[in-house]
Amino acid sequence: MSKKQIDEFSGTETTGHDWDGIRELNSPMPRWWVWTYYATILWAVAYWIAMPAWPLLSDYTRGLLGHSQRAQLSDQIAAVKAGQADLIARTAKAGLTEIQADPELLEFALAGGRSAFAVNCSQCHGTGASGSDGYPNLNDDDWLWGGTVAQIEATIQYGIRADHDDTRISEMPAFGRDEILNPQQVDEVADYVMALSRDDDLAESLPGKALFSENCVDCHGAGGKGNSELGAPNLANGIWLYEGGKPAVVDTITHSRSGMMPAWVSRLDQVAIKQLAVYVHSLGGGE
Amino acid sequence: MPTAEQTSAPPGAIDSVETVDVKALNTRVTGALYKKREKIFPRRVRGTFRSLKWTVMAVTLAIYYLVPWVRWERGPGAPDQAVLIDLPARRFYFFFIEIWPQEIYYITGILVIAALALFLFTSVAGRVWCGYTCPQTVWVDLFLIVERFIEGDRNARIRLENANWTFLKIGKRLAKHTIWLTIAALTGGAWVFYFADAPTLLVDLFTLEADELAYITVGVLTATTYALGGLAREQVCTYMCPWPRIQAAMIDEESLIISYQGQRGEPRGRGGRREGLGDCVDCNQCVVVCPMGIDIRDGMQLECISCALCVDACNGVMDKVGKPRGLIGYNTLANVDKGEELQRSQIRLLRPRTIVYSVLIAVVGAIMLAALLTRPALELNVQRDRNPLFVKLSNGDIRNGYTVKILNKVHATRHFRLTLDGLPDAAIKVIGRDDGAPLFTVKSDRLASFRVLISTARSNLKGDTTDIRLRIMDQDSGTTADNDTVFRGPEE
Repeated sequence: MSKKQIDEFSGTETTGHDWDGIRELNSPMPRWWVWTYYATILWAVAYWIAMPAWPLLSDYTRGLLGHSQRAQLSDQIAAVKAGQADLIARTAKAGLTEIQADPELLEFALAGGRSAFAVNCSQCHGTGASGSDGYPNLNDDDWLWGGTVAQIEATIQYGIRADHDDTRISEMPAFGRDEILNPQQVDEVADYVMALSRDDDLAESLPGKALFSENCVDCHGAGGKGNSELGAPNLANGIWLYEGGKPAVVDTITHSRSGMMPAWVSRLDQVAIKQLAVYVHSLGGGE
Repeated sequence: MPTAEQTSAPPGAIDSVETVDVKALNTRVTGALYKKREKIFPRRVRGTFRSLKWTVMAVTLAIYYLVPWVRWERGPGAPDQAVLIDLPARRFYFFFIEIWPQEIYYITGILVIAALALFLFTSVAGRVWCGYTCPQTVWVDLFLIVERFIEGDRNARIRLENANWTFLKIGKRLAKHTIWLTIAALTGGAWVFYFADAPTLLVDLFTLEADELAYITVGVLTATTYALGGLAREQVCTYMCPWPRIQAAMIDEESLIISYQGQRGEPRGRGGRREGLGDCVDCNQCVVVCPMGIDIRDGMQLECISCALCVDACNGVMDKVGKPRGLIGYNTLANVDKGEELQRSQIRLLRPRTIVYSVLIAVVGAIMLAALLTRPALELNVQRDRNPLFVKLSNGDIRNGYTVKILNKVHATRHFRLTLDGLPDAAIKVIGRDDGAPLFTVKSDRLASFRVLISTARSNLKGDTTDIRLRIMDQDSGTTADNDTVFRGPEE
């Protein structure tokens, strides 16, 4: 039992601790303070009972109030969806150009389209829709199967060389592999195509011009301007779906190309496809 | 018997035991850890400072209750409440000022100025904030009026406190707490009017149409006002508030504080025979009027909120006994130490710390005022597409995409035209317009976002980055806003 230490100046008891001659006064706390502390403990216990609190092996205590952030979130999502019902119904009824003409529907379509694109399309076409080797850039104005909003919608719906009756399909012969052209001729056609893409005056005098007229103009057109009815790319504009440069062109003529895109009509609803078409059209290259 | 063994110890054995001066870790400390709250019953007092406090109370309460009802015309579609924090619409209205969320630094500036002003006032005159204007002080005063009106002044209240529970006591207590709760509810009720249109919300509150959050806010503030202002009172200042602990840092030797003139008053004593006694008649009037229940004659202390009611009480007594006033009054620490009374000429307002605080207030105030006066009513923000950085078109042109955001802070729909500097022969196309023309319409007090595509021939580009400036011009007023960005192209 130690002796009470009393501070001379204030007459208050000290804790007995001494720091360089400074002693701490033992000023008692008000009693209600400690009751507040007990109240917080009671609150904590009540909280455990009322709210989800304790982890169990495969579950957790649910709490009497049945509070669940997961349920809250799905309620909120449902509420947002319900709020969109009118816009969705109007989008479903409207034609593509009507959607583009209505600022409200356009805003909704662009937002919905951006989201649907990120989920379904960005894996091949990239998050910015700028494509990559073999997957077309959707920002530019070079379209294989046409860049009007209706053509874009059809491409999304039925895909390219996809498993659908209405899918877009065309086949380029494998000129080299099937020995329609010999390697020398393939090389000459490739030289001509490269000259076309450079918009080079030399093109007219190249030996590949005659071979091109014989074998390629039916689909790619005179001067290699392409034909979106057949999905035949424009060869004269310097934009390449496959890695640019002569080796890639030789490869294409020799082995042909047949990229494919799935038909989305069975995977996405009509509203999402419309929104995607409007969104892709808005990226800048739409015709 | 052990005693036999003890007595059989050889003489001198005790001296061979080494005694050590050591204290056990768990040595018991005496003294209670908690104490019961001692109720205080402040007596009513009349005087200069009491009148001043009534005035401050009336003004501050009037500001609090009436401001939400002041109307301010802002034009159609805009709220006509002078002071409104519109959280759903993300706007703060203060008379002619309207603040958007990104301009919240104005509020920061006001808070910085308020803090500095608090420091300045404290260094000049001690805890004037605590004593006169702190909401805790004002509401405690308000609650004390009610208590005094129902239960009587100090002595009657003490008698009632000690009395047995009779119907009269129950009735008085019931009446007091009912009025307190009503005041508390009105306090909480007034708060929510700052966050919504006051007249509409008032009707909604009573017709149970208001938002759940409004009722929760009113409920919480009712509870805290009742508990802090009615029940806890001085406990809030003594135990809960951090400010009494901080204020010592703002006070210096020449700050005005409430103090007792010990040299003049001591030795204190009662009775008519004053030989050998000071001026203090030890009537304890200064203690009974104190809302904190302390004795100012003990000197400056943490609990003192500088409300100056003891000054009024003591001056009244000094007048009665025919002594000069000022036994308790405002004085500087320097004077208190010297035992001198304060002379008006001694008050030094210009001291290093008051100058520093004043200069800081002036600087922050000037910055905020300048920012407010030059606040643009039109802003243009431009985000350049980063994916893809640029697009090569079939004719060889290069195209960049931009998201253009126009902030129209005027309460009128405005029409703008976008122009471009720094890139010759550039074509501007706006997505979502049939003609693609660079014309925008932005609704009143709104932000609008547009997608803009700019393309130009590759021959116009030098290097992969070209600095450009986008400018919007109001088609009616000619007001412009600029944004500098870049146009990206392929590397050479």
